[in-house]
Amino acid sequence: MKRVALLGMPNTGKSTLFNRMTGGAARVGNWPGITVELLSGKISLGSDIVEVIDLPGIYDIHGFSEDEQVVRHFLHDNVPDLAIIVLNATQIERQLSLLLQLKQYNLNMVVLLNMADEAKKFGITIDAEKMTASLGIPIFLFSAKYGNGYKEALQAVTKALRYTTPGMAEELRTQIEHDTQIESEIARILQHAVQVPARLPDNLTTQLDHLTLHPWLGLPIFFGIMYLLFQGIFFFGMPLQTSVGELFAWLREAALNPITAGWPSLLRGLLLDGIYNGVATVAAFIPIIVLFFLFMAIVEDTGYLSRAAFLMDALMAKLGLDGRSFVMLLMGFGCNVPALMGTRVMRSRPLRLLSMLVIPFSLCSARLQVFVFIAAALFTPQSAALVVFSLYLFSFAAAILTALIFKRHLPNNEPFVLELPPYRFPTLRQMILRGWHEVYHFIHRASKFIIIGVVLVWLLTHLPTSAVPAGPDTWAGHIGAWLDPVFSPIGITAELTIALIFGFVAKEIVIGSLAVIYGLSGHALSGALALQLDWVQAYSFMLFTLIYTPCLSTIATLRSESKSNGFMLLSLGWSLALAWVVSFIFYQGARALGF
Amino acid sequence: MNDSNINLNNLSSGESAVIVAIHSEDALRQRLQALGFRVGKRIELIRKASFSGPLQVRIGTTDILLRKNEASKIAVEKL
Repeated sequence: MKRVALLGMPNTGKSTLFNRMTGGAARVGNWPGITVELLSGKISLGSDIVEVIDLPGIYDIHGFSEDEQVVRHFLHDNVPDLAIIVLNATQIERQLSLLLQLKQYNLNMVVLLNMADEAKKFGITIDAEKMTASLGIPIFLFSAKYGNGYKEALQAVTKALRYTTPGMAEELRTQIEHDTQIESEIARILQHAVQVPARLPDNLTTQLDHLTLHPWLGLPIFFGIMYLLFQGIFFFGMPLQTSVGELFAWLREAALNPITAGWPSLLRGLLLDGIYNGVATVAAFIPIIVLFFLFMAIVEDTGYLSRAAFLMDALMAKLGLDGRSFVMLLMGFGCNVPALMGTRVMRSRPLRLLSMLVIPFSLCSARLQVFVFIAAALFTPQSAALVVFSLYLFSFAAAILTALIFKRHLPNNEPFVLELPPYRFPTLRQMILRGWHEVYHFIHRASKFIIIGVVLVWLLTHLPTSAVPAGPDTWAGHIGAWLDPVFSPIGITAELTIALIFGFVAKEIVIGSLAVIYGLSGHALSGALALQLDWVQAYSFMLFTLIYTPCLSTIATLRSESKSNGFMLLSLGWSLALAWVVSFIFYQGARALGF
Repeated sequence: MNDSNINLNNLSSGESAVIVAIHSEDALRQRLQALGFRVGKRIELIRKASFSGPLQVRIGTTDILLRKNEASKIAVEKL
């Protein structure tokens, strides 16, 4: 099968082109020589099936960043049959340098000048024929976003694939020399083919930036937008989540219960109460994830994320983080998993790891459900809101403390130099494709982990078969008793310990598990909790729940994103230790004060 | 202001200059070059963030954010 690689600088619309070519039917794959997963998709071009690979955006083929090494190793070990070089037409002056570097590799190439529409607005004129002649490589103007010129470009790609790749001479492959002639070469090529106005016209981007990057108004506007975003996610997402949950429950009642009626009760319980309920709980979160990514795609693709980074960078620098880490931390208040995935925009690994260490402390929507339920059960309506708000403060404090402690061990040497793209509005097609991609990967990655987790928890709370489910005689009950010396100093009872074990899988199960443990639900459960616990115990339990670990999906994401078991264990160990210490100080302190 | 040594941090918002030298290690220099920072290029300081935050500069058609630390390594001559 022939292989086509997409290459270009960051922010050139490479991935938009990739989505347009593959129609979103992409898979994640591993490649020889590199450790990073790359997106690839199979498409038919002419009479051939061709594999298209989306390589990370790079500035310089000889550069030192992780992505640049990835691309270099990829080209070295997997010489593509054709390289499609995507350049941003509005920045053609400087982006040509990458093309000229790649030209030295003697690859079979086609050049696509993307954002031709935007370049025209800037008053940049490009004569593709003249450029083709002086470069000796076919060049096409097009727009990946709107598809103008796409057909012609695809024809050229099909045609170019008929030629064999010249192959790379060994000395070219290892050549990492500096290229001094590149600049004069750029000047020669641009001379007759491209005209760029000396100064850009004052456009919409400049005017919007006056407002969004305003020294005093910038931050309030930023927080306002973030607030609206979360309101939007939950306003639209919660009803959808409820509907999906009801759909799963109906399916069980209508189809699964009758079908499995004659099955052995242990198997039936494992399949329905264990796997089905567990997976359904997680699946109910898919609408929120979809919305979250749709909004994220808008914020990111419009170019506002870079603006937020500009606004918050000064404060985050003191924590060893940068502006982008802050944006992800905020996104974590919706759900930690996509926020962790969002750290991919960071190039420096220590910075990315530090951000990933901090994000799990963001009080996500699932934890909020637990806190709302318990605060309502144990506190008056007036103080309940204050209790939940105080937990948000603890969430920030835990993140700040973690950053301050670990920043020395994860020093961020990478300079903060970031392109500020003009504002662009993504097309509906782009947003939907993006949302679908992320959801696909979320399900793909999390599914195995979640199924194993729920099976384990079900078995722990239902074996041996002689014991009352989730009771003290089950294995979970024994674990609860065994862990009692650890949890009693922080006021957490054996029943709550079992709920915490459930909560390890997903915080959404905590309240459900308490219902199973107490054999009560709704108001009756609230009453039972209020009788058995005092507010100090309840608050200690909430603090522990906030800090100890987000959920199995987050841990799985930590592992897959960091590609390090050690880092995953560090994050897990640190949050468990911090949770215990914070709860201990609170519980013992409150008791010592006579509460 | 012709031959005195000033860097990007010494410009105020709206001022333009020409880059005369980039005093940085190779990795940063390569990144800066790829973003259009080259000796002889015209550069405009658009704005500075509050609390000594990053700078927004414009070279050609590209807007770039960089911290003061990085900006101090770019020697310029005011226009």
